[in-house]
Amino acid sequence: MPEPDVKQVRFRVRRFEPGKDVAPRWEEYAIPAPPGMTVLDGLWKVKELHAPTLAWRSSCRMGICGSCAMLINGRARLACNTQIRELGSDVVAIGPLPNFRIIKDLVPDLFPMFETHRDLSPYLVREDPQEQDDPTGEYWQTPHELERYLQFSYCIKCGCCMAACPTVATDPVYAGPMPLSQAQRYNNDSRDGGFARRREVLAGGRGPWRCHFAGECSRVCPKGVDPAKAIQLMKQDLVFDLLRFRVRRAPAKVVDKPSGTKRPDVPAAPPRTAGR
Amino acid sequence: MRDRSLWTWHLAAGLVILVFLGLHMVIMHLEWTIPVSNPAGGEPEDWANVVWRMRSIFFAVTYAVLLGAALYHGFYGLRNVLFELNPGPGLRATINAGLWIVGLGLFGFGAYVALMAPRVAAAMGG
Repeated sequence: MPEPDVKQVRFRVRRFEPGKDVAPRWEEYAIPAPPGMTVLDGLWKVKELHAPTLAWRSSCRMGICGSCAMLINGRARLACNTQIRELGSDVVAIGPLPNFRIIKDLVPDLFPMFETHRDLSPYLVREDPQEQDDPTGEYWQTPHELERYLQFSYCIKCGCCMAACPTVATDPVYAGPMPLSQAQRYNNDSRDGGFARRREVLAGGRGPWRCHFAGECSRVCPKGVDPAKAIQLMKQDLVFDLLRFRVRRAPAKVVDKPSGTKRPDVPAAPPRTAGR
Repeated sequence: MRDRSLWTWHLAAGLVILVFLGLHMVIMHLEWTIPVSNPAGGEPEDWANVVWRMRSIFFAVTYAVLLGAALYHGFYGLRNVLFELNPGPGLRATINAGLWIVGLGLFGFGAYVALMAPRVAAAMGG
């Protein structure tokens, strides 16, 4: 069996420990990189061979949890989703996500982002919470209505868009692309009735008004979400609402589950996990 | 005023500028429309055409509206630039107040000049 094509690459890693270090510093480590090795695998190799105290966040290793976002060769990416060979360089420079306080080494403090996210009610706001706890039917939604928010729902809250946003870099009040696109995701959902509640936050300085459409958020998103589009749609909705042009609609009603049509090829639904 | 309203006015001011600058081009610069928009004939800068515009209430109001739109649009942009320097809440309030005062002052002066133009033209025998 032929030997795999193992290359030596140098990982330049930004290290910083608040309380101990005065300022961040770069450290360099040489590691072997076979084809297919991801930056996250490389970090584990660095930890194993050179720097046991190196800190970063990671979990799922397959681009779903959003934990391992970091600045890799000048661009915010997921370490688990980035192969070293794809970078086309023997030097891999890795730093923490910009625009966040550093907790340690490659670990950013994402708390402000999630606090803003929470302030924008990122869930279905309805007047029938009992129906959500103990459903008697289903919320009716057409495929077209689903399309209006579907792509925004792919967001994994990794923070890459926040790190790439030039407005977040200069304005601590601005909510940023992740919370705004998620607010728009729910505003676009035909089952939701929370537009007025979110508007209280969005019409002020934390809203989309300082976005000057650089588009970096959409360029770096590892899931292909387009937060810049969400923000422009949000501006349109809010301005139409101000001018009384926005079509107000009631949240989708509950309808009975389909019955009377048997589909023999479809297995039975699993038992209910909520309600009675 | 909340940011949503400020931004909406910014858009509206941009539209006003677009329309009025188009009007400016038609009156002052486009060869095939100059004869129509300058009844005294000749160039738009000729004295008779200038006085004709000065006497017109339409032009006086147009100048004032264009001035207001341009000031608002420009000062809103300047506010954004200044806010990108990351001022604290107190300095933000000061910037807001300062821009309103300077903007309204300039608008008051410019609008006075524009609205007085018909009377000045009449006094000059236009």
